[in-house]
Amino acid sequence: MQKYLLRRLLISIPVFFAITAIIFALIEIAPGDITDYFIRPELNMTDEAEEAIRARFGLDQPPVVRYFNWMLNVFQGDLGYRFTNGQPVAATINQRLSATVLLAGTALAIGAVIGVSLGIFTALRQYSLWDFSLTSLSFLGISIPSFVAGIIFLYVFSIQLGWFPSGGMRPVDQEPTLLTTIRHLVLPACVLSLAPIANFMRYTRFAMLEVIRADYVRTARGKGMTERRITWGHSFPNALLPVITLLGLSLPTLVVGAVFTETIFSWPGMGTLYLEAVNGRDVPLLMGMNLVIALVVLTANLLTDLAYALADPRIRYD
Amino acid sequence: MTNQTLSAAAPIPTLQQAQTAKADKNRVLRRFLRNWPAVISLSLVVIIVTMTIGAPLFQRYEYEQIDLRARAALPSAEHWLGTDRVGRDVWSRLLNGGQVSLVVGFGATLVSTLIGTVLGALAGYYRGWVDMVIMRITDIFMTFPSIIIMLTLAAMLPRSVWTIVFIIGLLSWTGTARMVRSQVMSIRELDYVLACRALGYTDVRIITRHILPNVFGSLVALVTFAIGSAILTEAGLSFLGLGVPPPMPSWGNMLEAARNLDILRNLPWMWIPPAIMLVLTVLAVNFVGDGIRDAVDPRMVL
Repeated sequence: MQKYLLRRLLISIPVFFAITAIIFALIEIAPGDITDYFIRPELNMTDEAEEAIRARFGLDQPPVVRYFNWMLNVFQGDLGYRFTNGQPVAATINQRLSATVLLAGTALAIGAVIGVSLGIFTALRQYSLWDFSLTSLSFLGISIPSFVAGIIFLYVFSIQLGWFPSGGMRPVDQEPTLLTTIRHLVLPACVLSLAPIANFMRYTRFAMLEVIRADYVRTARGKGMTERRITWGHSFPNALLPVITLLGLSLPTLVVGAVFTETIFSWPGMGTLYLEAVNGRDVPLLMGMNLVIALVVLTANLLTDLAYALADPRIRYD
Repeated sequence: MTNQTLSAAAPIPTLQQAQTAKADKNRVLRRFLRNWPAVISLSLVVIIVTMTIGAPLFQRYEYEQIDLRARAALPSAEHWLGTDRVGRDVWSRLLNGGQVSLVVGFGATLVSTLIGTVLGALAGYYRGWVDMVIMRITDIFMTFPSIIIMLTLAAMLPRSVWTIVFIIGLLSWTGTARMVRSQVMSIRELDYVLACRALGYTDVRIITRHILPNVFGSLVALVTFAIGSAILTEAGLSFLGLGVPPPMPSWGNMLEAARNLDILRNLPWMWIPPAIMLVLTVLAVNFVGDGIRDAVDPRMVL
């Protein structure tokens, strides 16, 4: 068990370096020069001045050296400074990360609770009208992209009905309170939770259908156990196992969904920051954000495996 | 001597194979036709493809034609779906935008299927370190959300439809590679592959002429799903302003207009049609994919 976890941890390390290296390489081979950012055409800059800029940012060194310099700084907690406004990258990400964690965390919680409940509900009524309609709805939930769902929600619940604010995280004219934050959170969190609800429902339904046909459930029923105890005491815990995997697997989907949802609802999180970085060609910020996203995704995968190993004693890892 | 016996014996299994293959195809077709959601979806896809490819036949205005007297006009007999703020006909932009969406969907899928099939076949056929390296690369691409890399690439590369095709294709081959690998791995153990090797065929010939044709059936379903997801990805990138560059319309960049609260509120005919077409097309394509999958191999899970 410990050996297994250690091995998983060790495998994550090269993957981490590979991801950051790939992104570094992509930015490197893209046309255009990073120094373009500092060279104003109207200033008519000489070649020497350009070289001076290159030397100042360490851009005169070969890419491999620069990658390792960047990595060295990262391990000292220094992610560099933004091109666009000179603010430290780490502080910017830190500030925006909490907004996304709040949004994605709420969406994942909604998705897991509602999705798992619906999954059990439909599995216990297989082939009923409920089962049929909810399963079809979940197919729709997976097929509708988050930006279409976001626009529709915004149009219906904010513009037409006026129940919720159309964007941002806090009102402009007053200090944010818990209540205003919740009011701003509801719409984006609901949109972002659509795909998780559908996924959790399908997974749970499938797992539950497998479990309730198992021999030990029939035995329990044969002993005269009540249906309620069979469902909650025997089937449900085992059906939850694949759901744990889904928790970790949902993370990349949430990151992607967050980019769109945050854009539509002008939520000041990582998604909108990433677009700012991309549109402003803010290379240090881009690299820093990719690093954070890679870390989060890898940690989530690792935790998923850990949780799975802890939850299912049948699995041996030697 | 051995060569002679082999070549003499060769026609018989090929004939049988040909017959079973034909019977197989008929059975697959029958199974597909029994699946009515898939058949309806297929007809819908055919209609959409015809309408968008034949756009010049169904439109009354060019998609970039500006009508300054009818700016932001409501849907009418003149402009079936109204016009946008500079007076361009939404109906004709919808048809032409569909053309772009479909080109990206098919183009990107072609790229990703090529990459995925080549890598999957290499990994599955040669095993060993080739397999190890290719699968580790696949794992890396699978763990990291590919839209993130797509956004970075889309911002760095010159903007055009072909850039988008290339970017999406380059980053969506992992599923295909894994599927092809697992199929090739099991097929390469079959006796006829051993026979091919005994006949001294080159690896390239064995893979392309004798193994890959048998992977084809399962690949078709996967390709269908890939087209749907590529159409969505293009729409997503265009929605964020990083996809197909205007003035060329695509369903994604028509939807981008809805990011403007004023358009969202007051000009719903500008964004509701592309939203409906996008969801309808992708749903239909996925249903067709479902149907093909069930028809080709009912046990397969994608």
